[in-house]
Amino acid sequence: MFVPRRLVRAATLSLRRAHTSAPALNSVNAEDIAHFSKFLTPTSIISTLSPQPSPSSELAPFNNDWMNKYHGQSTTVIRPRSTQEVSEVVKRCNERGIGIVPQGGNTGLVGGGVPIKDELVLSLGNMNKVRSFDPVSGILVADAGCVLESLSEYLAPHNHIMPLDLGAKGSCQIGGNVSTNAGGLRLLRYGSLHGSVLGLEVVLPDGTVLDQLSTLRKDNTGYDLKQLFIGAEGTLGIVTGVSILTAPAPQSVNNVVLALPKFDNVLPLFTKAKRQLSEILSAFEFFDRTAYDLAVKHGQGRALNEDETEGAECFVLLETSGGNKDHDDEKLNGLLENLMESDEPLINTGVISQTPAQFSSLWAIREGITEAVSKEGKAYKYDISIPLAEFKHVVDTTREHLRSKGLMRDDAVKHVIGYGHVGDGNLHLNIVATNYTPEIEAALEPFVYELVAKYKGSVSAEHGVGVMKTHALHYSKSDTSIEWMKRIKQIFDPKGIMNPGKVLP
Amino acid sequence: MSNKLKILVPVKRVIDFAIKPRINKAGTGVDTKGVKFSMNPFCDIALEESLRLKEANKGLVEKIHAVSIGPTKAQDILRTALAKGADSTTLVDVGDEEVEPLAVAKLLQKVVEKEQSNLVILGKQAIDDDSNQTGQILAGLLNWPQATFASKVEVEGDNVKVTREVDGGSDTLSAKLPMIITTDLRLNEPRYASLPNIMKAKKKPLEKLKASDLGIELSKRLKTLKLEEPASREAGIKVDSVDELVAKLKEAKAI
Ligand SMILES: Cc1cc2nc3c(=O)[nH]c(=O)nc-3n(C[C@H](O)[C@H](O)[C@H](O)COP(=O)(O)OP(=O)(O)OC[C@H]3O[C@@H](n4cnc5c(N)ncnc54)[C@H](O)[C@@H]3O)c2cc1C
Repeated sequence: MFVPRRLVRAATLSLRRAHTSAPALNSVNAEDIAHFSKFLTPTSIISTLSPQPSPSSELAPFNNDWMNKYHGQSTTVIRPRSTQEVSEVVKRCNERGIGIVPQGGNTGLVGGGVPIKDELVLSLGNMNKVRSFDPVSGILVADAGCVLESLSEYLAPHNHIMPLDLGAKGSCQIGGNVSTNAGGLRLLRYGSLHGSVLGLEVVLPDGTVLDQLSTLRKDNTGYDLKQLFIGAEGTLGIVTGVSILTAPAPQSVNNVVLALPKFDNVLPLFTKAKRQLSEILSAFEFFDRTAYDLAVKHGQGRALNEDETEGAECFVLLETSGGNKDHDDEKLNGLLENLMESDEPLINTGVISQTPAQFSSLWAIREGITEAVSKEGKAYKYDISIPLAEFKHVVDTTREHLRSKGLMRDDAVKHVIGYGHVGDGNLHLNIVATNYTPEIEAALEPFVYELVAKYKGSVSAEHGVGVMKTHALHYSKSDTSIEWMKRIKQIFDPKGIMNPGKVLP
Repeated sequence: MSNKLKILVPVKRVIDFAIKPRINKAGTGVDTKGVKFSMNPFCDIALEESLRLKEANKGLVEKIHAVSIGPTKAQDILRTALAKGADSTTLVDVGDEEVEPLAVAKLLQKVVEKEQSNLVILGKQAIDDDSNQTGQILAGLLNWPQATFASKVEVEGDNVKVTREVDGGSDTLSAKLPMIITTDLRLNEPRYASLPNIMKAKKKPLEKLKASDLGIELSKRLKTLKLEEPASREAGIKVDSVDELVAKLKEAKAI
């Protein structure tokens, strides 16, 4: 997709112009590779500059993002196996002024994990060991490259679960999750990573190892530096180790999907669910009819029967988790009865899972939307925080706007859909197009961002800024905030080698 | 068709298939404490097929009756059956007694007579003991035609056409009612329980009987001597060269 890249390059150029103090970055050369070979095993280096050059096809998975929207031209991917190796690589890059892109599972949705030009890709995938787990406190210490799902599997026999879960769990890494401050499906219950991450080990841009791998729940000794790296998207350093508080596995879980006649009922339903379920409510997810239809069309989970979806404008997936099945069932049944028997019902109908397989199947509908969208076409993804009451309005307004531009047609924009984490005020607005085109992009931006700014929302609720939203940062952050963010970046990374062109305008 | 369908669906309560069963310390059975139980998946498929027959052919099905033979807790899965759309249920409460396929079939025969069922759709097997006998024995006792391992069921007048998966293709049987059908995995994908049905289920009858009420004595013909886990696989090793690999294989008498 040449268009976004061109836009990105333009953005980078203006960035360079604005910061004439930041020296231009250098490319990796054969000498650098020779240097890396001294302390890395051959399998840790994938490079077209090696004495036995790797084919560029081997670099492709690292140069292109999950959506195949952003494309880099890196010649070299380094896959260290230890913090020490990461430090040595970073030291060299710092001396030589080579840009580094830290990369986890490469599932990020804002182009933050792939190079803009030919920066070195530092992939954490080879650092994938659990360092320790304390079953009493529930504190897990792991290498940054551990895949989220494998950490969940590691914890299962110890009766614990990760405090976060998201559709990309099979590929995304804990280091990537921390670096994007990923929200996901359990945030409602377990809070954000700013709370559950207890410590980090970070390799700073000069190669120094900042060891803050604390396993303390309480530690008020000055500035809490680790917080800066949570959500820094690799612009301040490379996360190599994570200490995180995991939660006891719930002994009883239930989920239901409710079909609603109109969007206006979502909020009263949420209020009611919170009041009646209180501490066992663990997820409250919303998806509109088109999102549901796309998930079903692309085979995500078992569909509801037709009579159950008839007349539904949107759906809510509600999950409970608790410690006592009888107690939870009673509460949930109380709520459902109340909903079904009310004089002015908020819901048309609903279904409830009966087995673990059905539990997963209902989740698969919601979690499968991201994948269904990418099978359906090319997606412009806006991940925004706005007041709950405006969810539908924003989706409808965007669709109308595209229609007025004549872009709602089969060979341009096919669908405008909304889904997301109602419990967290987070809407995923997806525009599914046949192709990425400058015309559609121009119709969407800054339109969507201005709409978000109007509601004092955030242009990036959980996916981050990456390269996609640097120019839109000012819609959600004041000039003063941006100025201080730049100063922090300058202190940690004066040469500007860490994930250049990302996050800051 | 002259007679409307009165379908009987036997459903068994088993340890959920997503859970790995563990043998108890005494080696006499499977640990059931704190373990999630569900409807046997094949029974769920049988129920789903009955519901689909009812929905797809207006007026064809008069009634779907679910029956479970098991402990008092088997009521839970009968509630599930009601919540999915069964019309009525019977629990034959046998306590913690394990009931063998012959006895199950004898009990079912009595329920068929009591409910005047003319079609029994049941799972081809239960995933706990994997016997795969009940449907066949029941057909024998009733002297009805049977079509086992169904992957497709079509009703045409008095005739029922059943497709079964066999090695290298499919086999189509046709029989006149009354008959027995046992279901295979690919017949359908069972639905979720719907909220309106759950509400209705609360008002539906839950009949409770004892085996003796049906005049059947539960005598055992089999004795479990011992349950054992299969020997666990030993960890593999890495070899450095082809020569070493060949040497190891010879050592293990694999070549
Ligand atoms: C199907 C799907 C569902 C998703 N659902 C959600 C969701 O519900 N909630 C949500 O918040 N996000 C979601 N995401 C996006 C989310 O940001 C990522 O999936 C995940 O958090 C990123 O992890 P990763 O290891 O793939 O990181 P990458 O994509 O590799 O990198 C993401 C960013 O972090 C940086 N980075 C990665 N690892 C490190 C490290 N060790 N040190 C320093 N910087 C690093 C990269 O440079 C980049 O800027 C979803 C994505 C997909 C594809």
